[in-house]
Amino acid sequence: MNGFFDIPSDLQHSWFGLIGLHLREALLPVLAGLLAALPIAQLCVRFRWLYPPVLGVTTVFYAIPSLAFFVVLIDYTGQTELTVMIPLAVYSLVVLVPAIVDGVRSVPQETLAAATALGLGPLRRYLQVQLPIAVPAIVAGLRVAAVSSISLVSVGMLIGNQGALGNLLQDARNYHRPELAVNSVVTTAALAICVDAALVGVRRLLTPWMPRTARHGGRPSAARPAGAAAPEAEEAAR
Amino acid sequence: MNVLHYIASFFADAAHWHGYDGIPARLAEHVRYSLLALALATAVALPLGLLTGHYGRGGNVLALVATAGRALPSFGLLVLMFILLGFGLVPVMVPLVVLALPPVLVTTYEAMRSVDPSPVDAARGMGMGEARVLFQVELPVALPLILSGVRSAAIQIVSTATIAAYVSFGGLGRYIVDGLYQLDYEKVVGGAALVAALALVTLGVFWAAGRFAVSPGVRHAGRRT
Repeated sequence: MNGFFDIPSDLQHSWFGLIGLHLREALLPVLAGLLAALPIAQLCVRFRWLYPPVLGVTTVFYAIPSLAFFVVLIDYTGQTELTVMIPLAVYSLVVLVPAIVDGVRSVPQETLAAATALGLGPLRRYLQVQLPIAVPAIVAGLRVAAVSSISLVSVGMLIGNQGALGNLLQDARNYHRPELAVNSVVTTAALAICVDAALVGVRRLLTPWMPRTARHGGRPSAARPAGAAAPEAEEAAR
Repeated sequence: MNVLHYIASFFADAAHWHGYDGIPARLAEHVRYSLLALALATAVALPLGLLTGHYGRGGNVLALVATAGRALPSFGLLVLMFILLGFGLVPVMVPLVVLALPPVLVTTYEAMRSVDPSPVDAARGMGMGEARVLFQVELPVALPLILSGVRSAAIQIVSTATIAAYVSFGGLGRYIVDGLYQLDYEKVVGGAALVAALALVTLGVFWAAGRFAVSPGVRHAGRRT
């Protein structure tokens, strides 16, 4: 354990600095992905024929390996944080679009009719009825996107030390200090678990009407609006 | 514009088609690692997912295992295993299998749980034993979803096997990592294109497998809803 938190000076960050950098590089893309996914998903809900082609295109994007994506982008954005963040945003988008579409689609017709009867216009109906009911599905997608994003940032080390905590891996080899690699893996995994738990907390805050123990209780899909929403979100864990 | 140009000149170079560093050799290596990792992961995760899904127990433990598996960074795990164990197949297989376990495990479990209970009850009423209920009723209905989980795992393995090159292993990642160090952008982009193409081929293979293995009844029922 000697020198576990003793970060080599070539990384120009303390341990906490690396954690902050890692979170920024991992979570900003997820946020960007969410902001882009919401309108795309809404279009797919409105125009049903749009959904299969969108799903096809995003699946193809998802098949591009992260390292390949990074190195191709170097030509345009250089060896910068942005090069790491753009692919992560695309992957988040791919995970989130089906999650949101399935979540919004799973809102029962009666609920929509009731909202209309109460005098809600399309925009308010979307913001105040459809989105809140879709929150569990959206958060399920966000959890997968955030956790895989945190894991993938480390690969950025290969393109000129843009990997935040992943940069420790290179130093572990250069300086023959295996504890730095242990530090990198443990810290990254802990970050992922913390963010995952935080998102579960956010879901509980946003959906106070749902039973607390619903997540994996007797009925497996109780926490989700419909059984159909589960697989797509779970499937895409890169 | 120039990316396509680089790719074209990479594939046009005859030197990239021969020997131990040629495209056929590297491609074969990549496919071999990927298949081995996928076989190991499904051999563990598929029976576990089928059984827990069938009996409807252990969902919580499964979710915990899946979260832990996802949280472990593949790249970090690879380098750590390499430092601890040295050069070999094990340091490469560990992160790939850890990567592939959660999707197969969770999707298989969810797929088994989402099978309509009435045909299952009917099968029991007809006197089928647990094994026959599992393999002749639940599995065929759950197959499309299970395949999507394995497909997702396979794509992740194919794309992540690239980073094995960082710890002196072969595979298509060699081109990317070597190209980065040699400042040979043509090689980097060519390797990237090869990996992306392989991932797309994997997608196609699973699509074909779905057409072949999923019973027509299930396929058409899925389309109607």
